[in-house]
This record gives sequence, structure tokens and C-alpha cells, in this order.
Amino acid sequence: MTTASGEIDRTPAVTALRHKDLLGIADLTPGEIALILDTAEAMKEVATRPIKKVPALRGKTVVNLFFEPSTRTRTSFEIAEKRLSADTLNIAIGTSSVVKGETLADTALNLEAMSPDMIVLRHSASGACHLLSRICRSAIINAGDGMHEHPTQALLDAFTIRERKKDLAGLKVAIIGDLLHSRVLRSNIHLLTKMGAEVWVCGPPTLMPTDIRRFGVTPTSVVDEAVADADVVMLLRIQLERMEGAYFPSLREYFRVFGMTEARLRLAKPDVMIMHPGPMNRGVEIASEVADGPYSVILDQVANGVAVRMAVLYLLAGGAEHEEAA
Amino acid sequence: MPVVMDADRIGRTLARIAHEIVERNKGVEDLALVGVRTRGVPIAKRLARALREITGHDVPTGALDITLYRDDLMRHAVGPQPQVRRTEIPFSIDNRTILLVDDVLYTGRTTRAALDALIDFGRPKGIQLIVLVDRGHRELPIKADYVGKNLPTSPDESVQVRVQEIDGQDEVVVEQGGGS
Amino acid sequence: MKKLLKGGRVVDPANGIDGPYDVLIDGDRIARVGRDLPVDGAEVVEIPPGFVVCPGFIDMHVHLREPGQEHKETVATGTASAVAGGFTAVACMPNTSPVNDNANVTSLILAKAAEARLARVYPIGAVSKGSKGELLADIAELRDAGCVAITDDGHPVATALLLRRALEYAGMFGMPVIEHCEDQTLKGDGVAHEGFHAASLGLRGIPGVAEALGVERGVLLSELTGSAFHVAHMSARASLRAVRKGKDIGVRVTCEVAPHHFTLTDEALGAPIPYDTNVKMNPPLREAADRDAMLRGIVDGTVDAIATDHAPHHYDEKKVEFDRAPFGIVGLETAVPLSLDRLVHTGLIRLPRLVELMSTSPARILRVSGGTLSEGAPADITVLAPDLRVRIQASALRSRSKNTPFDGWELRGGVAATIVGGRTLFVNSDARFGL
Repeated sequence: MTTASGEIDRTPAVTALRHKDLLGIADLTPGEIALILDTAEAMKEVATRPIKKVPALRGKTVVNLFFEPSTRTRTSFEIAEKRLSADTLNIAIGTSSVVKGETLADTALNLEAMSPDMIVLRHSASGACHLLSRICRSAIINAGDGMHEHPTQALLDAFTIRERKKDLAGLKVAIIGDLLHSRVLRSNIHLLTKMGAEVWVCGPPTLMPTDIRRFGVTPTSVVDEAVADADVVMLLRIQLERMEGAYFPSLREYFRVFGMTEARLRLAKPDVMIMHPGPMNRGVEIASEVADGPYSVILDQVANGVAVRMAVLYLLAGGAEHEEAA
Repeated sequence: MPVVMDADRIGRTLARIAHEIVERNKGVEDLALVGVRTRGVPIAKRLARALREITGHDVPTGALDITLYRDDLMRHAVGPQPQVRRTEIPFSIDNRTILLVDDVLYTGRTTRAALDALIDFGRPKGIQLIVLVDRGHRELPIKADYVGKNLPTSPDESVQVRVQEIDGQDEVVVEQGGGS
Repeated sequence: MKKLLKGGRVVDPANGIDGPYDVLIDGDRIARVGRDLPVDGAEVVEIPPGFVVCPGFIDMHVHLREPGQEHKETVATGTASAVAGGFTAVACMPNTSPVNDNANVTSLILAKAAEARLARVYPIGAVSKGSKGELLADIAELRDAGCVAITDDGHPVATALLLRRALEYAGMFGMPVIEHCEDQTLKGDGVAHEGFHAASLGLRGIPGVAEALGVERGVLLSELTGSAFHVAHMSARASLRAVRKGKDIGVRVTCEVAPHHFTLTDEALGAPIPYDTNVKMNPPLREAADRDAMLRGIVDGTVDAIATDHAPHHYDEKKVEFDRAPFGIVGLETAVPLSLDRLVHTGLIRLPRLVELMSTSPARILRVSGGTLSEGAPADITVLAPDLRVRIQASALRSRSKNTPFDGWELRGGVAATIVGGRTLFVNSDARFGL
């Protein structure tokens, strides 16, 4: 919308998120996605201030409940929470009662008894956040559940793309890597297709989810096809353990067939963006020259992670109008 | 819908305020304008233009979003969050006198939030408050240094300021039904 | 003690009977089935119009969990659940703790069944010691103790060689080998059917082919040995094809399908409750094409029996992440309403075929008495109320466990009464049936 003086009015059509939790991009409308990204823009500016803090979530308690090790995502959430003046509590598995055999449900109920306003959960089982959402009144933010979704990653990816390309609609985005096991892939597919991008996914057939076309993407095992004229190329991490599952013969072979090299990069558009959720395996999914090259926005992604997570925390902290824990 | 200020009146009022600013501060040295979003921003820009016409100097101008400093965030158990917009203060506020600009002064809570936000940006030499309309009913001990128009109202009325840059026209109206 | 069931529609396909008849019970046996039988001192029970009198239903795949897992179910609660579901007999699986691979465990189960005096219990023994897949269990001992078949259910027999030996050995006694067909390497650590829905939810998949491979193996070995091979809980269309091919060339293969595999699909993984662990079982709910194939098999006769694979699990065990939840749902009390509503009332099959699937064939496969209302047969009778409005309520199930995905379902058709050996063990108060 343009105002009388010609300024672009980024007033989003949607002013609130419908659900009390953020469990996945699958549950968000394009309007809600735009709201989060627009709010993140405002949040990004807080990092440029001398005092990088605003009182918006003052007095709110946020628990970071991480059942999987993660430095990057956890610190990103923690910084985001602190910038909003929330009280944060980090619980890393290995130092808690779950090691003593307590179930996820009981851990959550015990936490809930201490009234946290929000729980940020990362867990190795798909659907763990859904389980928590049914049990807890607190707002649940999915920081990665098994192979299912990693919504804040997809949101920060979209934010990073939008910064350069202004609009996601119509862009060709190629996602290359272990598509089968990747929660980042699923979240990105949902988000990019909802916002009108053309998504190509590429990897060996052994690492391709069943019925991938039903997700609205174009699958291929030929990396040159995926990269041709791409606006954005996203590389997904290859886990070294996959070799044991006979998904592909060796990392060397994977790099030869699917790795993002400078030569392959030349097939993409001249202003292509190279993205990676991290941590990277240099020489496996991405060549070092590409990771460190001029097209890489990998470090921007990390910086944007804080702003996007601040936006999510802020928008969920008000609570949803009509949702309550069942 | 009584119009209490029309475009002409607003224009003359802002010109008068600009002169007051120059007089009181003995020039525009070390001054900066910060408009409170949303409509405080175009008003601040107009004041900057007026000040340049009067003195020949450019006064740095910024925009401040106070949403994250509001004291009514999170108060209600449920509800959508107010929308946050970008703050743009591309200069240091240290050792400057900040002219905080807003369209309507009412309970004073917005100004309180703006003061808290500004303090997080640095340490100004002083802060002066400019409002186009003061409608009374203060809930905090806040006073404007420059007032365009004093407008006694009752709490069940709302004062709407419209500006050319956003709404397509300049006017101040008073409507029935509570609000700003 | 004589009882005369008067005026119902009697459906006994084994004897070619389908129509209005009276059934005279004498003690624990069927004395006569005929028109307008004289009362002659018998207690008269008026069967309401529309109700159906059939040979007692037999569920040939039930987990009673005793010994060792009594928190989930016991023989007593399981047989109570059975009669409430219209079953006069159940065959129970050996994957208890300890495994039923010897006469002691078999005797314990039978003793508990005798104590409960509800549904008949036919124990199924293990193929291998501890079901470990290494050495054959003492099959003759199991048979003498009362087992009617052998299986290593929970997983397939470990090797083709061992399965062959089991078929040859059990074949001596005419005992069928029942197999949980599944290639373990293809199953891997899968938890749901490999398809779009599992992919969307990020759940590791088990392809239908994993089951079919096991079926093909069994059919070929059955052909080789000439022994009876029974496919447990069939779910995949490729499995149906393999069974069909086997039957066409005369192999002694039979198969069963559970009600959840002919009513639900993998769509249930995501809705109404995403990651509902009451939708997790093995074999998993598959895609629509597989469910439709099971229905086709039921209609065209490839499928021999309906068996529930009743697998009770305690609430605590199921209230966890999908990956960690144990496989299985209860089924004894939902089988009849689901079958009547989804098979008979949809016009896919008629009542005589249903009776075959739930009574005559299970009796024949397990070589136990029952499945007919012939003169002198045990007086095991299931009375159906085909138009009864039934609302499944998990909390009201008689099973000790309530893990069912059918909670809240409204179905047409239910059990009116269950009679075992002439004793009325269950009457459905909703059917308003004066028994």
C-alpha cells in the first residue's frame, strides 16, 4: 500500500498470529509469514543501538529446552530473548532429570508448574513440539524437532532473501543436499511455496523423501538443472553418518556429483545468493571458495536469526486470541 | 465530526512553533528533531524544513518507534501485539538537545515511553517536547514545551490528526468514541 | 439346561443357512437349528426383529499380555473385552514376558482363562526359543499343552531356513505357522508408512514392500513344504497380490486383515491429532490404495479372516513422542461395529461373508471347534444388532488399556449378546435385549 506522499506503507494485512505456538511453517498463512518478517525488520534495528535492549518482554520468562546440542540456535534465541528484556532459562539435556528417565511430558509439566511464558524446544523426535503444545499452556516455539520442521530457520532464510531480492514471489530457489532427513528443507519448502517462489530440490534419490512432488516442488538429481538460472541456492548439511546407511558411497563422490563449486555456481544468475543453515561441511556440500566467496550470505543468515527470533518471541508473547492448551 | 484545525491553521501553527524553537534555544545549534511514529514523523520533518528556512541550517531529524517501550504491552492476558515499525535515528543524540515531536499529547504515557527509548540511545543534553495538540487528561507528570493548540476534551472523545503525507490531507478532528 | 433362541435371523454359512430360524441350546452344545422349534421346557429368549444369530466370532490375533505385562492387560480383562466385543474365543500371541515357548507359560495362560471363565483362549506358541530366531521351540510340547499355532509375532521368523524348518515341523501336527511378514532391513527404524504423510511429518517410513517381501518368502516356503502358512495383519496391496498368486496355484496360504487397515489410512498421522500415538502400529496405516486393496481382498475372498491384532498399551507408554511410543492399538471392542458399518452397510459384503471372515475361517485355519451352528457344535454364539447406533468411547472400554484411534466414532451396528458354551457372558444394555 502506498501513502499519499508515495511512501510504501508496510502495514501488513494480518496483525496477529492465530495460534499460541509456532510449531511449523505448515500452520502459517502467507499473511502471518509477512507479519513476522516485517516485525523482524524493525527488530533488526535494535542490534544497531548502543543499548541493544528494549523492555518489550520485561518480566516474561522464556525457557530454552534443548534436547539436542546446539550452540548456534540456542545462543541466537538467548540473545533474542535478552534483547527483549525477557528472563531466560537454559536447560540442556544431560544436566537434567530427563537423563534420570523422566519423560518429555513430565519434564514439561514440571517446568510448566513454574509458569514460564514461553518454551523454546529443540528435540530429536518429530512431533515433540506438538506433544508439548497439547500438554502445556505456555507458548511453544519449535527450534527444530527431529526431521519435521525448523520454522525460525526458514523465516530467517526468507528474511535474508527478502533483504536482497525485495520479494520472494517468482524467485527460483534451488535446495541441495540431504532432503530426506532435513527439517530445514521441509520448513523452507512450506515457506517458499506459500510465498510464491519456484522451488527446485536436488539430491541423490536415496535422500529424496517419498512423493516429493506433492510438496509443490520440482525434484531432480541433476545439480546443473537445479542451479540453472537460480536466484538462490541453499545447501543442506550432509551428515557423515549417512554413509553408514548406504545412502551414497562416499563424501568424495557426493562432493563430485552434488557439491556446490564455483563452476556450478556460474550456471546460476549473476546475483545469486548462496545460503547454508550451518554448520557447514566444507568440501562436502559446499566448496570453501564458494562458502567464503562474494555470493555467500551465510553470515548474514546468522545475524538475521536474532532479529527473526525476536519478532517471533514478541508476536507470540501476547498470546493468541482463541487458543488454549487442550 | 468537528474540524478543530484546518490545513491553513496547522501550517501557521507549525510556523509559529518553529520560531519559538529558535527563540528559546537561541538558534538551532546542537538541536535534533525526533518524531514519534507514526504521525509525529512528518510533523518533525516539516519543522525541520521550517527551521532551515528560518536559520539556513539543517537540523538532523529521526523517527522513533516506541511500541516496544509501551507500558501496556503484555498487560492484557491475550491479544495481538501492536505492530512494531523501524526506528531510524541516524545520528548520535549525545550532547544534543532533542526536540521530541508527537501529534497528540493525552495521558502522557507515549511520551514516557519515548523518553525511555531515547535514553537507551544515548545521553542528550536535554529533551523538549513538541505536540500539535494537547487534549489534557494527563495520567503522568508530563508537560509539553511547545503546544500547537490546547484542546479541552472529554475522555469519551477521540482526537484524530491527519497529515498530508500519510492521510492525504491536513486536519485535526474531534470524534465521539474513546481513543487517542 | 435348555435355551431356545427364537425368531432371529440365523446366518451360518458353513451350513448354508441364512434366514429366520430358531436355535436350541442344550447345556453347552447346539442341539438343533430349525423353524418353529417346540419349546419343550427350554428357557425362551425372544430375539428382536432385525437381530442376527451367528456362530461365535473368533479373534485369531490378540495380545493378552499375561504373563509379564499385566499393567497393559490380563487374560481376565482381555477375555472380558473380547466378549464385550462379541468374540467367543481369542487366540493369543506368545510375545509375553517370558515368551510362550514352553508348556509352563501355555498352562498359565489356560489356567487364567479357566479362572476367568469368559471367552475361550487358544494360545499360540513361539516358533523359536524366546522368539530369538535361533533354535526351534519345543513345538510338540507346546501343542500338547494346548497351542493351536506357532508364531514369532512382533517380528518375522529370523531366517528363511528357520521358517522352512518351522513349517516342516509344525506341519507334522497340522499346525499353521503364523507370520508377521516384514523385511527387517527395509523396515529399519521406521515408525510409519513410507509415503507423503510420513514425509510431511518427518517420520521415518516403512515401505509396503517390506511386508510383501515377507509374504512372498512365506508363500514360496509354504509351497516347498506343503505346510499351512498364515499371513498376520496384512496391510499392503503388494502382499495381497502375493497371497493371490499363491492361492491361485494351490499353496496353503491364508491371511487376515485388521479393521484399522480397512478403515483408516496414513492421513490419520496428521489429522485430527498430529502425531497421535494411537495411530501408531505395525504394520502401519498405509495409503488409500492399500486400504482399498484390503477391501477388495475382503470382497473377492483373497482375505480369509478379520483379526484385530488387539495390542493394549498403558496410557503412560503412549503419551510420549511418536518415535518412542510402542506400536499397537486395542481392537476387540471396535471390530464388530467397524466391520458392520464399513463392510456390510456399505454394501461391500453381506452378512454370511462377514460371519465367514470372523468365525468360520478363523476356526478352520486354527483347526479349533466353532465357526458353525451345527448340531453338537459348542454353543458359542454371537448375536448382532446390525442397526444399533454405536458410539465408541475409549474410557468405557473393558480392556485395561484404552489406546484406540476410534474414540468418538459413531457407527451403525454392534453386538447384542455373546454366549459361550451356552452361558450368556455379555449383553449390550444399549440393544435393549431381554436376555
